[in-house]
Amino acid sequence: MTNLTNLTDLTAKAAVDAIAAGDLDAAELFTAYREAAAAEDLNAYTWVADQTPDLSAAAALPLRGVPLAVKDLFCTQGVPSQAGSKILEGYRPPYDATVVAQLAAAGTSLLGKTNQDEFAMGSSNENSAYGPVKNPWDHTRVPGGSSGGSAAAVAAGLAPWALGTDTGGSIRQPAALCGIVGLKPTYGSVSRYGMIAFASSLDQAGPFARDVTDAALLYSHMHGRDPRDATSVGRPDADAIALPTGERLDGLRLGVPDDLTGEGVEPGVWTAFEAALETAKGLGATVERVALPHAGYGLNAYYVIAPAEASSNLARFDGVRYGARAEADDLITMYTKTRHDYMGTEVKRRILIGTYALSSGFYDAYYASAQKVRTLIARDFTTAFAGVDLIVTPTSPGVAFPLGAKTEDPLSMYLNDIFTIPISLAGIPALSLPCGLSEGLPVGLQLAGPAFSENRILEAAYALEQAFAFDNTPSAIGGAPS
Amino acid sequence: MSTTTYETVIGLEIHVQLKTATKMFCGCELTFGEPPNTRVCPVCLALPGALPVGNAEAIHLGIMIGHALGCEIAPRMKFDRKQYFYPDSPKGYQISQFDEPLCAGGEIGGVRINRVHLEEDAAKTIHAGASGRIHGSEASVVDFNRGGTPLAEIVTEPDIHSAEQAGEFLRLLRTTLRVLGVSDVNMEEGSLRCDANISIRPAGTTELGTKTELKNMNSFRYIERGIRAEVARQTALLDAGERIVQETLHFDPRTERLTSMRSKEEAQDYRYFPEPDLVPVPVDAAMLDRARAAMPELPAARQARFEADLSLHPDTAKLLAWRSELGDWFEAALAASPDGVSPQTAGPLANWTTNELLTRLGGDVDPATSKVTPAAMAQLVALVTARTVTAGAGKEVLDTLIAEGGDPAQIVEAKGLGAVGGEDTLAPIVAEALAANPDIAERLRGGDMKPMGVIIGHVMKATKGRADGGEVTKLVRAQLGV
Ligand SMILES: [Zn+2]
Repeated sequence: MTNLTNLTDLTAKAAVDAIAAGDLDAAELFTAYREAAAAEDLNAYTWVADQTPDLSAAAALPLRGVPLAVKDLFCTQGVPSQAGSKILEGYRPPYDATVVAQLAAAGTSLLGKTNQDEFAMGSSNENSAYGPVKNPWDHTRVPGGSSGGSAAAVAAGLAPWALGTDTGGSIRQPAALCGIVGLKPTYGSVSRYGMIAFASSLDQAGPFARDVTDAALLYSHMHGRDPRDATSVGRPDADAIALPTGERLDGLRLGVPDDLTGEGVEPGVWTAFEAALETAKGLGATVERVALPHAGYGLNAYYVIAPAEASSNLARFDGVRYGARAEADDLITMYTKTRHDYMGTEVKRRILIGTYALSSGFYDAYYASAQKVRTLIARDFTTAFAGVDLIVTPTSPGVAFPLGAKTEDPLSMYLNDIFTIPISLAGIPALSLPCGLSEGLPVGLQLAGPAFSENRILEAAYALEQAFAFDNTPSAIGGAPS
Repeated sequence: MSTTTYETVIGLEIHVQLKTATKMFCGCELTFGEPPNTRVCPVCLALPGALPVGNAEAIHLGIMIGHALGCEIAPRMKFDRKQYFYPDSPKGYQISQFDEPLCAGGEIGGVRINRVHLEEDAAKTIHAGASGRIHGSEASVVDFNRGGTPLAEIVTEPDIHSAEQAGEFLRLLRTTLRVLGVSDVNMEEGSLRCDANISIRPAGTTELGTKTELKNMNSFRYIERGIRAEVARQTALLDAGERIVQETLHFDPRTERLTSMRSKEEAQDYRYFPEPDLVPVPVDAAMLDRARAAMPELPAARQARFEADLSLHPDTAKLLAWRSELGDWFEAALAASPDGVSPQTAGPLANWTTNELLTRLGGDVDPATSKVTPAAMAQLVALVTARTVTAGAGKEVLDTLIAEGGDPAQIVEAKGLGAVGGEDTLAPIVAEALAANPDIAERLRGGDMKPMGVIIGHVMKATKGRADGGEVTKLVRAQLGV
């Protein structure tokens, strides 16, 4: 039939169309990816399907049996779901996360589970208990995090597309560092049921894809109100996700926040960003400055709210009902030893920060204040969107950094998410699109819009994508040692 | 020797399991006595990724309780997390309400209500081994069937001043909740549980003394005995010039001993914060109206109706109204009264029910469990009122009804208990009695009516109690011409 070496070059949409047309066999495609994933050397996967399932039924569904890589923290029935942690080593859930079940019902087939920072806490994937993931563009560098495995797998052609989660940038930042598209949807548009929680009020599932069309296609089958997630609202009925088609940006008003740019951004990233703005203008967009006066406090608020919620969400990993348990003579020692032995340093750091922030006597100074800041930031965005249609920033202040470069300095690691975090706090959607290279490594452009404006974001990103004509094949650029 | 007299100050915290079909935050069915861990799901086992969804019926029942206790209902239903590590708390936190309880204020039976809030019940920890307590047990096992049962916690103001008042208040509260249909209110099964905060202070002073908390008492009698024991302990301490330590105590009803469970001075910090998995739900007019429409007649209103419409004595009305099963039985009997419903029929029926029937059955017994039907009781009282039988014979009929059941008229017939009356039958017996007691007859003739009882007694003996005392007196007067 088709030449197997080329199968994994197809975008997901192209594969869907080829299967629908009878030009491609879904099982053949799955096998090609399964073999590639099994042989990978990036440490992107923590589990890969050991055989190709019968895809005859899936091939009749809208997504035609096209394989899907899923971040480890999504519960997948009978398949290891460890959230990158030793404390869940070998844990096989008895149920599927809603979004996993929804995508299976739409016709995707589970290819593998991808590596991640432990409990999604990290920006480099170096906090995984299962080892760091290598960036396909340069194996000595990080892929970003926390969804580093999903981003690397898609960028390296080890999966056509993948599921990730974004709490403060965990889809957008690795998408940027790996040169692919990543969408963080509006909070509440996708169910969180079955996603092993990091920070409940921020976590949101989203797609990684090689292009904007694939991201739109996957997301169009992910959203929906879930009766098992009280925070899920789905999407407005009148605003169904459409695959983008426009190639112009005429009349589109882009805002560049005064308070988010400049300092701390690598010159090469800044150059690529400014070039992207010029491209946008060439497509008919206008660019203006917008004020987000409180966005600068986003990082501070985030590193109170997210650890506070995490300290509570992770309390269930106590060794009593599932996962690892340390042997001890009494209950308290068992709890302490289990959590000490099987949780990583960054996880413990955030649990301690969160526990402190919620403690009696500190609650008002930390958690309550952070929530006020969060409200102010959300208000800033609402005000800004009265004057512009989308807000654009670099996704990350730098390109992929060398493995180990920031592991000893949590603060500089946290600064990676300075552009993504305020958007997470506001609960609004944003997409990262590769817009060029700096030092031979991809630079991401972040496009953010008001709640439920995914169609607007996808349309703009699609037009820019055509104009950028970014070559997302890592091997073409080089940098990957043998 | 004590010279100070003390005033007791008691506040109660009552946990009520709500009678919903399913648990507070998941779809698991609520049943009692199922095999351990058969009513569980990912949510109530706190499996990774599972999320809670609020039970609307529990909120409805909570609002009904609020209406019944005269509380203000909060404008929104907001949940918080209360963090603590224990195997009975699988998430490592309990979903409860902290700063915005569903109901606030209110009053019942002269005791002010501080608040009523909703939360989830803990699972049941069972310590295997001889002691039954965690120390010295060989193993601990957890049954999660109960975990996640909806609870309403009712907190009173410290308005109770004796063990007896606490008992009376709890009986009224239990009846109110039973009549509302919101709970089984069964203390043995744990659907009603009570903790008491107890302090004493020198009579006439207003400053509250150091309080202790008496935990988990599972019957009204134990509560009253526990409070008495604790008040005695505190009194002895103060009299001896010692101070009271704030602590939690366990009362053992077998030994009457109080043992310390933990000191409040090392109290936990529960680190409450708003539950991010549950967005606050507005409590709207429709919810309030629905709860109001579902409100039955409450004990206080029933007592008032018994007094106003049936002219019952306040004590009798209270006894019948505050024990709903008794009130129901009484009203069924009244409805079956051959002479219709009126104060004339209700008064004797209420007296026969509360005095004769309850005394014979035992104070706490529900007459519905006896062989006496409400209709039989109504007929019996009608026979007595019509003087077809005397009061004395009526009691004999009641004894038979309690022993065997049956129809009062047939019992009167079969046992020959019909009243002996009418001049033709009774006059010769009266004459005989006067003849047998000439000195008494002489005194009566002389206007000294005191020994009339002797004659009546003689006649009663001759008629086996079936004569009417009034009629005998009349005949004596007629025969002696006084
Ligand atoms: Zn359940």
